[in-house]
Amino acid sequence: MRHLLSIEDLDRDAIERILALATNFAEVADRPIKKVPSLRGRLVINLFYEASTRTRSSFELAAKRLSADVLNLVSSGSSVEKGESLRDTVATLSAYGPDAIVIRSPHAGAPAMVAGWTSASVVNAGDGKHQHPTQALLDCFTLRRRLGTLDGAKIWIVGDVAHSRVARSCIQAFTKLGAHVTVAGPPTLVPDEFASLGATVRHSLDGMREADAVYALRMQLERMSDAAVPSLREYTNNFRIDARRLGPRQLVMHPGPVNRGIELSGEVIDSSASLIGEQVAAGLVVRMAVLYEVLAAPASDSASGTQPQPA
Amino acid sequence: MSVLVAAPRPPAELLVRGARVLDPRTGLDGNHDVLVRDGEIAAIGAPGTLEAPPDAQTVEAAGKHLFAAFVDPHVHLRTPGQEHKEDLETGTRAAAAGGYCAVVAMPNTDPVLDAPGVLRGLLEQARLDARVPIGVFGAISEGLAGERLTEMAGMREAGALGFTDDGKPVVSAGLLRRALRYQRMCGGVIALHEEDPALSGAGVMHEGIVSTRIGLEGVPSISESTMIARDALIAEHERARVHFQHLSARGSVEALAAARARGANVSGEVTPHHLLLTDEHVRSLDTSLKVNPPLRTEDDRQALIEALRDGTIECIATDHAPHAREEKDVPFEQAPSGSTGLESAFAALHTQLVLPGILTLAVLLERLTAGARLLGLPVPAVEVGAPANLCLIDLDARWRIGESGYESRSANCALAGLEVSGRVLLTLADGVVAYRERAFALSAA
Repeated sequence: MRHLLSIEDLDRDAIERILALATNFAEVADRPIKKVPSLRGRLVINLFYEASTRTRSSFELAAKRLSADVLNLVSSGSSVEKGESLRDTVATLSAYGPDAIVIRSPHAGAPAMVAGWTSASVVNAGDGKHQHPTQALLDCFTLRRRLGTLDGAKIWIVGDVAHSRVARSCIQAFTKLGAHVTVAGPPTLVPDEFASLGATVRHSLDGMREADAVYALRMQLERMSDAAVPSLREYTNNFRIDARRLGPRQLVMHPGPVNRGIELSGEVIDSSASLIGEQVAAGLVVRMAVLYEVLAAPASDSASGTQPQPA
Repeated sequence: MSVLVAAPRPPAELLVRGARVLDPRTGLDGNHDVLVRDGEIAAIGAPGTLEAPPDAQTVEAAGKHLFAAFVDPHVHLRTPGQEHKEDLETGTRAAAAGGYCAVVAMPNTDPVLDAPGVLRGLLEQARLDARVPIGVFGAISEGLAGERLTEMAGMREAGALGFTDDGKPVVSAGLLRRALRYQRMCGGVIALHEEDPALSGAGVMHEGIVSTRIGLEGVPSISESTMIARDALIAEHERARVHFQHLSARGSVEALAAARARGANVSGEVTPHHLLLTDEHVRSLDTSLKVNPPLRTEDDRQALIEALRDGTIECIATDHAPHAREEKDVPFEQAPSGSTGLESAFAALHTQLVLPGILTLAVLLERLTAGARLLGLPVPAVEVGAPANLCLIDLDARWRIGESGYESRSANCALAGLEVSGRVLLTLADGVVAYRERAFALSAA
């Protein structure tokens, strides 16, 4: 696999292969010496046009654990602030001969454009509201560890689905692994068009008890001026995941950062139902697997995102 | 005073021999010789019956088609102020290469064409640079700000064909009403770009399944159709003449048809890209496909084709909107809206709508020239005594849009890469040879 741009490009085999690689790297993470030489001498550039804590730090650490050289660039303090275009920034960085460029952009499709401008492998670390494929892969990894398989699993994704690249990526990834996904939230945040991605659309939490896992999305408080919901109070009254609404064996996930008390109650975050810490840990090993897959894995036709393998 | 202006050049002396002449307005449909003398159609005769005078050139055109040249009521020539995208020379060269004998420039330039002096300046420039005659629209509101009416009467005197805030809607119903009342005094068509900013929001493509999947903000169809419904009612109330630009949605077609059925004096246009492409194509996030109004669904596309066929939509306008490479070479959300279209319109529509039998060639030709009538301009016709507004086309010549570049300064064509059939060989605009395909020979008699 040359690039990782979208879950849409991956078939089930490709997802399985990355998850299997991540399992191997998880064993490495338990060793006293956590570094392997797989990508020694390779250069990975992290190009972040948007704020990020966990994605950027885990990509950096993943590359270092694989012995790659890492260059971190954020838009503030760089030539981007002087008005350099994305295309020219990529051309400049490409002159260093990077093996991979990990990019986060506020704009949908930016990673795919970058892939057309550089000979490096491109990994999408989030593009606008479009895709966040490594988040979806680490969520699959986390859920598989708990549930064994996603085949037949019922997963509810709750909250601001419309503005969420995590939701888009997760619906596709969970579905490809055999799960049934329901998206729930007010109609202004969960448009009916999401049915076209293969999810069931609900505008209440009635029936959420059927879920094996409940995935709460971050309410983007900075977007509240759009008034997609009249007030946070009304939102939490109807859609906050709290102990009252959860069954005993239901798992709870969140991509972070959490608005404690809004999409999830504090008690749920701190309870044993919460997989949030495991998601972060999985982020490291899954991103190691992704970097390894695009840079070191033997070429495999089934991995080629643009050419889906015949069934 | 409505005017079309071009750089003066010597009138054509030309004999076109044996072409298949088709003009749905005059009823001509057959092989003829057509003689152009002093820029006018001097004679039409059976093949082999007309002699070229000694000073005339001869075009051997057997197997080729000769039509009345096209008129585009909606193009952006980017002059003054944005000549890095297009200027009068390159824009009218593109028009001539597409078989057009007249184009109408929109006023969203820099400065905006919102005062008689600016407009007069542009027409003077056209007298130097325009290869085919151009007309211009003045702005409805000063600076396209949607607040104060422009000096419409003064601009009419300076030569404005009509008025539009194209690129932006006239959001205020009150301002539109005032403009329509004023129109009664000064004349000129009022052309409207219909969009409700409160519904369009931050949208960059059609709101639907594809925008949901990609995660781009959408512009719903009702953003356009509700405004058309509103403005048709205002036009009716004021007994005014209104033209709706670049319709994109089924609901818009229905609003136009309903207004027409009530007797409103309204008309509509549609672009080749809305007739041929849908939001499915936008999945690629190719910024050439970012246009406003956005490419919509297959159902909308079918409604537009049907409306064009039955005459609900009277004419085809390219909304030729050039942008420089560096402006379009950015992520989709950041790219400016617009596609070029003058050079590809006929070939693309002929290939995708006429060859499969969806439209007849006669209807396509009528819709490519009808813009003239809507603007009160003489409609090009193949008849003796008319000025030579003609295009000679090889309908069988196959090519790929963009394969050998463009006459336009910009290359942002939504239809780039499309395999088409139909190549313009020669265009005469107001009696002057405006374009000749490089490999196509004119020989001295």
